[in-house]
Amino acid sequence: MGSAASALDRLYGPRGWAGLGAVALALLVLVPLAALAPAGSAFHLSQYWVSLGGKIVCYAIVALAMDLVWGYAGILSLGHGLFFALGGYAMGMYLMRQIGLDGVYHSPLPDFMVFLDWKAYPWYWSLTQHFWYAAALVVLVPGLLALVFGWFAFRSRIKGVYFSIITQALTFAAMLLFFRNETGFGGNNGFTDFKRILGIPIATPQMRVALFALSAAALIGTLLLGRWLVTSKLGRVLAAIRDAEQRVMFCGYNTAHYKLFVWTLSAVLCGIAGALYVPQVGIINPSEMSPANSIEVAIWVAVGGRGSLVGAALGALLVNGAKSFFTQEFPDYWLYFLGLLFVLSTLFLPQGVVGALRRLRPQAARARS
Amino acid sequence: MSTIAFTSALDGGPSGEAAFGRVSSGGLDTTHGAILYLENISVSFDGFQALKDLSLSIDVGELRCVIGPNGAGKTTMMDVITGKTRPDAGSAFFGQTIDLTRLSEAEIAQAGIGRKFQKPTIFEQHSVFENLELAMKADKRVRKTLFARLASAERDRIAAMLGRVRLADSADRLAGLLSHGQKQWLEIAMLLMQEPKLLLLDEPVAGMSDDETERTAELFLSLAGKHSLVVVEHDMAFVESIARKVTVLHEGSVLAEGPHEQVQNDPRVIEVYLGR
Repeated sequence: MGSAASALDRLYGPRGWAGLGAVALALLVLVPLAALAPAGSAFHLSQYWVSLGGKIVCYAIVALAMDLVWGYAGILSLGHGLFFALGGYAMGMYLMRQIGLDGVYHSPLPDFMVFLDWKAYPWYWSLTQHFWYAAALVVLVPGLLALVFGWFAFRSRIKGVYFSIITQALTFAAMLLFFRNETGFGGNNGFTDFKRILGIPIATPQMRVALFALSAAALIGTLLLGRWLVTSKLGRVLAAIRDAEQRVMFCGYNTAHYKLFVWTLSAVLCGIAGALYVPQVGIINPSEMSPANSIEVAIWVAVGGRGSLVGAALGALLVNGAKSFFTQEFPDYWLYFLGLLFVLSTLFLPQGVVGALRRLRPQAARARS
Repeated sequence: MSTIAFTSALDGGPSGEAAFGRVSSGGLDTTHGAILYLENISVSFDGFQALKDLSLSIDVGELRCVIGPNGAGKTTMMDVITGKTRPDAGSAFFGQTIDLTRLSEAEIAQAGIGRKFQKPTIFEQHSVFENLELAMKADKRVRKTLFARLASAERDRIAAMLGRVRLADSADRLAGLLSHGQKQWLEIAMLLMQEPKLLLLDEPVAGMSDDETERTAELFLSLAGKHSLVVVEHDMAFVESIARKVTVLHEGSVLAEGPHEQVQNDPRVIEVYLGR
């Protein structure tokens, strides 16, 4: 009991827990209640906001995963969109199987396979009609790819910008592969027109709210897991690798193993985020693997604050909030704004929004005294 | 010369508990009195011969100073011993049995060789206390580290070390905020937390005040006997204050070796180094 209490203390102080509790209450109770309130009520939250919120919550998980490798271990990945997309595709395979005979061609095969004149599912689609198998793929596919890629990269001591470029190339190569119809994942259209999940219709308000709440719970769980990790001795080793890897090696740590661990964990978290994202947006296609998407993830974290988990999640919220505003009001200017945001935050907010807030706090304290 | 006496001195590590024969450090065989053997080591980079047929051996408990002009190969020698650079030819053994040319940096560190860099290399974004926590001898595999909790005996050891290097008041400060001399001391303290049997110190008093240099000399003299030390230094006054045996490197091999006065008066040494 005492050790459990001290473990909680290690993660956050009383104010931190209170803040987290408030966010959890808002996301897990208030938003679902408001979304299910009658449409005429003053408290009603429209489907648009629920699905936008659900999307951003999934992006925030990716930002947390990115911050673990970049903000803490100093490994800049420009290919995290790949792991997100693979998790999404794994879930998408299950959702395609759930369409059953309700497709355009009323065939047991997905429409794109009928279109290609395929007579049966290819081998790698087998068992994907089972939810738990697909859920396992969500974790295993990004996890194994990251493990194998990371094993070679970290063992060969590839780091810095070289590592970043290779991750970028990896996601680009995967995107080209998934664009091909013959790959068996729907080519450039990807997967869409999902009908149900676990046999329950997917487009109902209740299902949307359930998916939102599940994503929010996953976000809070990821935050706590990440916090537990970075406040452990392992977290301190990771930050030490970021700052002086040689010294860490000469202290007797095999730094490649540490990097491989956090890299693989990060990829798995991205896969889970992708799996939660796909049923909420109703589509997954290879554009999720485009290099620009992965670069955007780095921008969220840079804007929010590298090396702060809350900052990374906040960055995802701010940038994506701005994105949905801009793409509606000034669709032509979004990319300019994004570039400007990155330049300005690098110049004036090297520690991101959270770093700027932290710097304000002691000044405020001094001003009071 | 009694090797048994040396070995038992080694047993009582800096913290006074048996450090010898533990998990990863086991297997160090110093029965012949020497802890490090380098034999005919050659290293070249892009045609530049950094080390040429270098042979050197360090006895258990010895404090050896290595001097030599810039480019003599001092740092490359340390790189070979610590696994950072692989020699083109020659052998490097830690004790009788541990082949250093086959181990990674981390494995060599765990076997009991600690290294201080020329430029103080510490974890600037961590507190002074955390620097020592990370350096402390422990099972350093990922899973063990994830679940590691500091025992009170370990806290005490860190506190004792902080006192020893006069950083007790700075335990919670960020290491990056220390003065240059304090950073040097912190790095030395980190080495000692690893409980190494052999310490390699590359210019340990560079940038230190006279007072700090003097205290460093005292510290090294107190370590000799319990640990073996190899000190690379340019500060001849410092070398004179600690040296028993001096090795002079020149163009990648040993030019002279012997007691300090003898080396100092060697005409070849005067010509390439001291006389300038």
